[in-house]
Amino acid sequence: MRDGAEDFAAPMLEAIGVSRSFDVSKPWLQRTLTREGRLLLRAVDDISFVIPRGTTLSLVGESGCGKSTVARMAVGLYAPSEGQIIFEGQPLSAARAQPAMRRRMNMIFQDPYASLNPHWRVRDIVAEPIRAFGLLSSYADIAGRVAALLTQVGLAPADGEKFPHEFSGGQRQRISIARALSSEPEFLVCDEPTSALDVSVQAQILNLMRDLQVRLGLTYLFISHNLAVVRHMSDRLGVMYLGRIVELGPGEAVFRTPRHPYTRLLLEAIPDLDMVGKSRTPVGGEVPSPIDPPPGCTFHPRCPLANARCRVEKPAHTRVAAAQGEVLVACHAVEEGRDGA
Amino acid sequence: MALLEVDHLTVEFPTRRGVLRALDEVSFDIEVGEVLGVVGESGAGKSLTGAAIIGLLEPPGRIAGGQVRLDGMRIDNLSRERMRPIRGRQIGAIFQDPLTTLNPLYAVGHQLVETMQAHLKLSDRDARERAIRWLEEVGIPAARQRIDAYPHEFSGGMRQRVVIALALCAEPRLVIADEPTTALDVSIQAQIITLLKRLTKDHGTSVMLVTHDMGVIAETADRVAVMYAGRICEIGPVRAVVKQPAHPYTEGLMGSIPSLEQRVERLRQIDGAMPRLNAIPLGCAFNPRCPKVFQRCHAERPELLAAGDTSAACWLYDVRSDTPAVAATDA
Repeated sequence: MRDGAEDFAAPMLEAIGVSRSFDVSKPWLQRTLTREGRLLLRAVDDISFVIPRGTTLSLVGESGCGKSTVARMAVGLYAPSEGQIIFEGQPLSAARAQPAMRRRMNMIFQDPYASLNPHWRVRDIVAEPIRAFGLLSSYADIAGRVAALLTQVGLAPADGEKFPHEFSGGQRQRISIARALSSEPEFLVCDEPTSALDVSVQAQILNLMRDLQVRLGLTYLFISHNLAVVRHMSDRLGVMYLGRIVELGPGEAVFRTPRHPYTRLLLEAIPDLDMVGKSRTPVGGEVPSPIDPPPGCTFHPRCPLANARCRVEKPAHTRVAAAQGEVLVACHAVEEGRDGA
Repeated sequence: MALLEVDHLTVEFPTRRGVLRALDEVSFDIEVGEVLGVVGESGAGKSLTGAAIIGLLEPPGRIAGGQVRLDGMRIDNLSRERMRPIRGRQIGAIFQDPLTTLNPLYAVGHQLVETMQAHLKLSDRDARERAIRWLEEVGIPAARQRIDAYPHEFSGGMRQRVVIALALCAEPRLVIADEPTTALDVSIQAQIITLLKRLTKDHGTSVMLVTHDMGVIAETADRVAVMYAGRICEIGPVRAVVKQPAHPYTEGLMGSIPSLEQRVERLRQIDGAMPRLNAIPLGCAFNPRCPKVFQRCHAERPELLAAGDTSAACWLYDVRSDTPAVAATDA
């Protein structure tokens, strides 16, 4: 079986050995004069995952780990440099070419201030996918559908007459969700949907997203840097570090019995309400630059378990059994059983 | 006597459509060596409180009432010239974004030396030696070699370490840290919090830690003030505020934070949003969103009242009030 692959019947989305590089070279003339070569940044490096229908897969990691690049590839905003993304059994590029398939996926962005056109009324913003895909044609039908969508996300139908600046951040994110739902999608990619919001508003949006998932049978790819939010939202969880998925498995398994040293570090590092009066020893070091990643396992400079093998050999995924199901861990220490778990 | 006393501090912004009251009679103390956390959502007035104390309100904002006293001396009515030696020497500041705090045109060592020489009598050589010691103390590797490096040559976490050194190098008695870890990744955030805790403890510095992250507060602060719509709605020891919040807003806020320890089906949510400054409701500002609202909340504005181990600005805790019976069980 392929490295990092899992078996699920008829998944919504499947990524097989996907990589994505960006050309960050200097301009041609400068390169020629200084005799420098091209410089490629490997933002996503050979990752595989499966999202079963009606479930949520979350990807979590720090800045620059490639999670947003994966989100963009999952809806076809970027094409993978290598590997394949399969949506509903078809290659994503083929699926994107058919409007009937394309309308089944949509995206919710992080910044509710930048993702809504300030010159458009909310009703036009929400109606645009309906018009673009020709789902409804009469004005009255579209107005009715927009009103229903606004009600569904907790706004009033009369709000459709307003402009985005008249709403708070949380209400704007509701508008983004209404727009994303208007093409009746089955698969939603949510890239940090609540990180621009205050906690009490974040709770409203997370509850709304879970309600909608249950009611409409949605499948989510949920991207976040906030582990507590991820724990709340996900069925399955992938932890990313420098472009690779270092641990992938059922959310509860990863949270209860984290195996990869990086996952443990992350869980250890988060300040939590239950930490009142306790102190701890933080792990040192920082995320290295993805332009020049360390050889072998990219986490080895910060890893307490690193040895000679970790410095030269890139770890493949090891299957580890947990109470909640199988977990894939890319770590030599786990494979060799010297992680003390 | 407390090191810092903030007494009925009121900040107003005159606008064309009328005067907006952004801080409304905020009062609290910070003891010597104490870490006071200030939490609240965007627009609650937490950063503004810090800016008003340190005399850095953006015009047209102005202190319209109340007093700020440092060691018993009023500092809210000082001129710019008389405030300058206090800022830096007595009160240090750490802001959210380390890139905008540091001057990109000067080496970090130069900035440290300049700050120390402005406040302390030091020769060039002593100041430079001390700058190196500070960089070592905040955990910059190879400080002696990197003292002449420019801010862009440091990573985000390292820059924030330099900012901390800069805030502490004149040995102020109080540090106002405004969202010091918000721009950083979690693993770096943990390092910075630990560093800040250790340094302020070693030097006996008091800290006013402003953040929206309850987790950071829970781990760092001794006491915490929760702000809502320009007022303190609850203040008390951090354990009590986190574990047995008294004010319905604090209770809702704690419930709405997803936990790492366990997964719940639904997060508790407070419906609605904080009112805008031009539309603060009469009585208690939280009354439109409050699940325990009653008659009096619409008419009278509550002041801080004793509520168990904390103080809460809520009529539920007024013993003379004809409150519903829930008050007793909640307190």
